[in-house]
Amino acid sequence: MPSRTKDILIWITTFMIMLIICMPGLWIILSAFRTNGEILTKPAIWIPETLTLDNFRAIFGYGENVVGVPVASYFRNSIIISATSTFLAVFIGMTGGYAFARYRFPGKGSTFLWLMLSRTVPGIALSLPIFIIWSRMGIIDTKFGVILVYTAINVPFTIWLTEGFFRQVPQDLNEAAQIDGCTRWEAFWKIEFPLAKSGIASAGIFAFLTSWNEYALASQLTRSTDSKTLPVGLMDFTAQFTIDWAGMCAMAVIIIIPALILTFLVQKHLIAGLTFGGVKG
Amino acid sequence: MSRFRRTIRENAVPFALISPAILVILIVVLLPLLFSFYTSFSNYKLIRPDTLWDWIGLRNYERIMGDWDFWVAFGRTVLFLTVALNLEMLFGLGLALLVNKITYGQRTMRTIMMFPMMFSPILVGFQFKYLFNDTIGLVNNALQALGITHEAIPFLVDRWWAFFSIAFAEIWMSTSIFAILILAGLFAMPKDPVEAAKVDGCSNWQVFRHITLPFLMPFIYIAMTIRSLDVARAYDVVDVMTGGGPAGRTELLWTLIARTAYDDARMGRANAMAYVSILLSIFFTWYFFRKLMDARKHLGAF
Repeated sequence: MPSRTKDILIWITTFMIMLIICMPGLWIILSAFRTNGEILTKPAIWIPETLTLDNFRAIFGYGENVVGVPVASYFRNSIIISATSTFLAVFIGMTGGYAFARYRFPGKGSTFLWLMLSRTVPGIALSLPIFIIWSRMGIIDTKFGVILVYTAINVPFTIWLTEGFFRQVPQDLNEAAQIDGCTRWEAFWKIEFPLAKSGIASAGIFAFLTSWNEYALASQLTRSTDSKTLPVGLMDFTAQFTIDWAGMCAMAVIIIIPALILTFLVQKHLIAGLTFGGVKG
Repeated sequence: MSRFRRTIRENAVPFALISPAILVILIVVLLPLLFSFYTSFSNYKLIRPDTLWDWIGLRNYERIMGDWDFWVAFGRTVLFLTVALNLEMLFGLGLALLVNKITYGQRTMRTIMMFPMMFSPILVGFQFKYLFNDTIGLVNNALQALGITHEAIPFLVDRWWAFFSIAFAEIWMSTSIFAILILAGLFAMPKDPVEAAKVDGCSNWQVFRHITLPFLMPFIYIAMTIRSLDVARAYDVVDVMTGGGPAGRTELLWTLIARTAYDDARMGRANAMAYVSILLSIFFTWYFFRKLMDARKHLGAF
C-alpha cells in the first residue's frame, strides 16, 4: 500500500474514533437547546426542528416554564466556593511549595510523602467523619465548611506543582538579587515569583477545576441553597416525578463551559499536572 | 528539649512556610481520619448521638467480614477496577499509537482527545444515564432505528448491562489520561534503537514488543498510579447513573459506604468499611507505584 493512502486511512480512523469520543458530550450540548417535548418524542427525532434558549431561561427562573431547581443560587455558591478555596489553596500551596523547593529541613521527605498520601483517601470515606465533626461544630451546610474542605484537598496537589515550578527557577537568580541588596522577600517577589507565575496560575486552575467538579464530599456536606454547588444541584432534577432532561442538559452545559475554557488554558501544563510534575513530558 | 528548640529556631523560616499546609491537612484530613478510626470501633448511629461512646471493639469489622453484601460489593469493585483500568490502558495505548502516526492536524487531535477530561465525573454519569436511557436514550433509539433490536435494551436495569454501562462510562472518562501520558512517552522516545532494529530486519511487531513497549511501561505505570489515586471518582459516576441499584446490582464499595452511613445511619459500621476502601486505594496506588519504580530501574539497565 502506498504510504500516502496509508496516512489518509490512519487519519480517517483516528478522526472516527475522536468523533465517537466526542459524541456523548456533543449530544448533551445539542439536547440543551432542544425542547423537552422533542427529546421525549417516539420515534426519535434526529435532526432538531427548533433550537431554543428556553431551557437556559427556565433553569435561571425566567420565561414560562420555571424549573423548581434554584440553579442561579447553586451557580453563585459554586463560584464563591471554588474561587475562595482556590485562592487559599494556591496561597498555602505556594508558601509550602517554596519551602520544599528552596530549603532543607529535618523531616522534609516524610512530610512531603504524608501530604501526598492524604490525597489517596476516597472522598466518600473522608465525608463520614467530616460530616459528624462539621455537624457538631455547626458548619454543616455552610459555604465556609465546604471551602475549608476543598482548600485542604487541593493543598497537596498545589504544593507538588508549585514545588516543581520553583525548582525550575535557578537558585542563582535569587542569590544574585540578594547580593545586589535585595532582601530574600524582595528577591522572591521580584525574581522568583514572576518566573514561576504561569505555573502557579495553572496550579490555580487545576485547584479551581477540582473544586468546581467535586461531588462526593459536597453531596453530604451541603443541604440547602446556602451552600449547594452545581454538581450536587444537578441531582435535584432526579428527585422530581418526571425528569426534565432538557433542563438537566442545560445545567450540564453551564457546568461544562468554565471547565472547557479553563482546561484549554492549562493544556500546556496538563501533563505536568497529571503526573504531579513527576515526569517532564 | 533544647535540641528540639534549636531545630525549630534554625529552621524557623521553612517551618513557618509549611505550617499553614500542615495545619489545614491536620484539621480536614488527619483529625477526621483519627476520629473515624475511633468511630469504627463504636456502635455509633447517626440518629442517636450518645452511641458515639458505645465502644464495641472489633465487632464492626467482624460484622462486615461476615456480611455477604459487603463482599459482593468488594468483589464487584475489584472486578470493576481491573476491567476498567486494563481496558483504559489498552484503548489509551491504541489511541496514542494512532495519534503518534498522524502528521497532519496532530495538535488538534490531541486537544479533541482531552475532551472527556473536561467532564466532571458527575457529568459523565449524567451523560450516560441520558444516553443509555431505555425510552429516550440515544443508544436505544439508534439501535431501534437501525433495526438491530426491537425491544429496548435495559442498560441501567439488567445486572450485566448495568455493570457494562458503568464500566463504559468509567472507561470513557479516563482513557484519555492514559492516551495523553503514553503519547508523551512516544514523543520522548529516542528514534535510533527503532531504526537500528529495522535495519537488522525486525518486524513492526517485534519492534513494538521489544523496544517501544518496554520504553512506554513507566508511562503506563504513571498513568496507573494517577488513576489509582482517584479510583473513588467512580462513586460520582455510579451514584448518578444507578445509585448502586437496581437492587444493589451495581453496588460498589463506595456507594455501599454512603448507603450504610447516611441512609441506614450506621456510622460505626460505615467507618469500618471506609477503612477497607482507604486500604484498597492505598494498595492500588502502592502496587502501581512499585511497578513504576521497577520499570524505571529496568529501563535504566539498557
